[in-house]
Amino acid sequence: MACRTCLWLLGTTFFTCTVRLVVEGTEVGATQGSHPEPGVVGSNHSQAGGGHGSSISGIQIVTFKWHHVEAPYLIALWILVAGVSKMVVELNHNLTSVIPESALLIIIGWILGGIIYGADKMQTFTLTPTVFFFYLLPQVILDAGYFMPNKLFFSNMGAILVYAVIGTCWNAATVGLGLWGCWLGGAMGDIDIGLLQFLLFGSLIAAVDPVAVIAVFEEVHVNEVLFIMVFGESLLNDGVTVVLFNVFDAFVSLGGAEIDAVEIIKGIISFFVVAFGGSLVGIIFALLISLLTRCTKNIQIIEPGFIFILGYLSYLTAEMLSLSAILSIVFCGICCQKYINANMDERSVTTVRYVMKVLANGSETIIFVFLGISAIDPAVWVWNTGFILLTLLFIFVFRFIGVFLLTWILNKYRLVPLEFIDQVVMSYGGLRGAVAYGLVAMLDENKFKEKNLMVSTTLIVVYFTVMLQGITMKPLVTWLKVKRAAVTELTLAEKIQNRTFDHMLVAIEDISGQIGHNYMRDKWHNFEERWLCWFLMKPSARKSRDYIFNIFHQLNLKDAMSYVKEVRATHKVRESHDNLILQDIVPSVCLDMHEQDLTMRESEDFNAHHLLQQHLYRGRKQVLKHRYSRSHLETNRDENEVQEIFQRTMRSRLESFKSAKMGVAPAKKIQTKHQKKDKPQKVRGEGTFSPFLHVRPHSHPLIGNVSLKKHYDMMKMYGNHVFDTIPLIPVQPLPQARPPQLRGHQPPVVCIIIQSHSKAISRICLILENRLD
Amino acid sequence: MGSRASTLLREEEIEEIKKETGFSHSQITRLYSRFTSLDKGENGTLSREDFQRIPELAINPLGDRIINAFFPEGEDQVNFRGFMRTLAHFRPIEDNEKNKDPTASEPLNSRTNKLLFAFQLYDLDRDDKISRDELLQVLRMMVGVNISDEQLGSIADRTIQEADQNGDNSISFNEFIKVGNLQHIYVWAGDHYLILTYILLSVLQDCLCSSV
Repeated sequence: MACRTCLWLLGTTFFTCTVRLVVEGTEVGATQGSHPEPGVVGSNHSQAGGGHGSSISGIQIVTFKWHHVEAPYLIALWILVAGVSKMVVELNHNLTSVIPESALLIIIGWILGGIIYGADKMQTFTLTPTVFFFYLLPQVILDAGYFMPNKLFFSNMGAILVYAVIGTCWNAATVGLGLWGCWLGGAMGDIDIGLLQFLLFGSLIAAVDPVAVIAVFEEVHVNEVLFIMVFGESLLNDGVTVVLFNVFDAFVSLGGAEIDAVEIIKGIISFFVVAFGGSLVGIIFALLISLLTRCTKNIQIIEPGFIFILGYLSYLTAEMLSLSAILSIVFCGICCQKYINANMDERSVTTVRYVMKVLANGSETIIFVFLGISAIDPAVWVWNTGFILLTLLFIFVFRFIGVFLLTWILNKYRLVPLEFIDQVVMSYGGLRGAVAYGLVAMLDENKFKEKNLMVSTTLIVVYFTVMLQGITMKPLVTWLKVKRAAVTELTLAEKIQNRTFDHMLVAIEDISGQIGHNYMRDKWHNFEERWLCWFLMKPSARKSRDYIFNIFHQLNLKDAMSYVKEVRATHKVRESHDNLILQDIVPSVCLDMHEQDLTMRESEDFNAHHLLQQHLYRGRKQVLKHRYSRSHLETNRDENEVQEIFQRTMRSRLESFKSAKMGVAPAKKIQTKHQKKDKPQKVRGEGTFSPFLHVRPHSHPLIGNVSLKKHYDMMKMYGNHVFDTIPLIPVQPLPQARPPQLRGHQPPVVCIIIQSHSKAISRICLILENRLD
Repeated sequence: MGSRASTLLREEEIEEIKKETGFSHSQITRLYSRFTSLDKGENGTLSREDFQRIPELAINPLGDRIINAFFPEGEDQVNFRGFMRTLAHFRPIEDNEKNKDPTASEPLNSRTNKLLFAFQLYDLDRDDKISRDELLQVLRMMVGVNISDEQLGSIADRTIQEADQNGDNSISFNEFIKVGNLQHIYVWAGDHYLILTYILLSVLQDCLCSSV
């Protein structure tokens, strides 16, 4: 605690000093430095402008050259200030779990803005559209695209597009028309504005903002489908926003009289051009990136740089061609992730991922701080109660109506319908943010007489959605869900059963292909495997694409690391004595334990529950929480579980295969009894071996006398990759009475030799070693 | 495409499956396309290897058992009807079904049949009882290597104690049904209900448990 308070004090002092320095710096710059800074040795007469001539009195040992460094110094200083604000915000974790970070940053922005305004009597620093759109937004969006869960995104693409396009158009139209109607009705008093301006305002305030959405959903864990819907919508609606904004801007310039059907049709066509053109630019750049990374084996140290530069270029190129820049950079990130992750060195991949998170986090922080600062500027504030309140009302209400309407239509076509709670969360989570502010700040004051009113309204809307809706989102979600499912005390049997059901349901989901195998996807997959991967991936990278292979690959590389980390990170006591019951430490706080504490007195019972709690494998659904997160990279904690389960499954399948071949009953049966029978080998499609499959005939101790053909069948069973499994030691049953310190202990040796399809046969031997040694 | 033609789904078949399992037309066609994509040998039936080829099942603790559940006793191939019949257990129960003809045989996805399916995952020798050994086997599959046999045994004993009512030291189907809190089984895989329950539990767990 002392440490924290120290940090807090340090932070505040740093703040004040920094800001003072900044303020004084600008004062110096603004007033041409008529007074020397305190603490400077000697003075530089030539710096005090206003024509003092070149009378130098002697050599200056140290000079204060503010103008020399003014611009970069201020930029660096502001980045530092933003970083420190984030630090301050993160000091108290309890606070951030109630109020989202973005809200706190805005508040800090207000404070800073107040200080600066107080010192300067004008707001010298605001979030200008140029800085925002060119320097702050691209990283955030690139980060979103690069870490996008592709499978999920594309399988829900239809719904996302519906929300993004139709939803945004609906929002824009209703808000614009609603406001216009109210203006006609006189609710807003006398302002110089017209229908087209209302529509323009509606279009820029209608768009859900990706920055704000991520920032809030970070704290609220919702299911992945819901998340991808809102997130995907916030990214893709830029296409619509850009078009609507430009179209209405042009209409306003033309004036109302010039608009006829031709212009409207041109507007509609421009939507398609902008959206698809932007995506195309992004995809082209993704191809470029993938190709580049394919060839950068010798300059691995600057590989990461390419990603960022080309990503940024894709953004700028689209902007140059007046296409949708956000769509461009999103698709660039989405399309290239797979290939660059495969092509680049491990360390480059880590670098890219980490740097991207750093940049995105930094940008986001700066954006929110500046959103706060920009508000403290009386010059832009125009208050019109009617306008502001009505805007708030309309965006809220029409968002709900729009989402429910569209979901009702969509649910007719979806296999898994969206529930009521999801719709509520989706409507409530439609946050507006900096993009709207950036767009409104770009308006031309001469064409839009009421620009300041719009700016004020936009700011208020942003604050309202980010702060109020952000704060209340989590309680709302929890409240809605708690109504449905109450956590009751579970008996052991119930717990086991629940977990069994979870695994069962996950398995059925996988079998029935919930994420779907359909014709188009298979076609795309085949196309991709044959052509794209050949073109865009390094040959060595192509081999490691298989998911199962990846697990082994990771095992091989990070085996020791994760084991060590495991031992260090776990809270369990490693005791080597034989008292196994009281082995594990109870974690400090645990909901289930507290509930059962009240009713169960026996320590054995308690421990049994606790043991189960600790060791039951988690179902996959629980694992997939942090699919996309601004501040966390993926964690590896579940790899061990996956490892264990996979090895066990493979071993038992091997055993059954072997026993089927040779009629040998394995030592310990954990499979169902049918496998004791001899499996008749149905040889399928013998004539259709892939011509690339080269297998050296093997005779090894245990499967020696099995014919080659049956060998092929076993291999083909595992798909494209050929598994030739050779247990070097007779496979022993699972470790039985082992001291728990050997958690992560692998079962005895299974050596898997994998042969790949490629013309050059390469053998990769992975040995999972017995960790007892 | 000769062998393919005989395996294409005909309208009458779809109708029959619909009546038997209660899936809708679009669901049946989608599952059929999934079936054919799994069926690498293109002979209209799936074998165990076809299931084992799904990578996600290899990392599911109960994967192999569930694969076995698809295959009727003693057989190694399952055709589309059998596939659908098994999947039908996981279709959510609709309210309007409860009002249907009470004399008709119980639909496949009734609560009892769902529980029976789960029961059969445990009960391998089909003697309608889950013995301590069978429970132990399932537990071992679902639990890491960190638990010793003695500990697992005591957990199994305690579980049977809780559920067993007639004192025969094993869990019969009726006792199995009575184990409460089985709201999960009303869920079609992927339904948000299950996910929400999960999320609630995991959110609470995460907020408050330090080591899970």
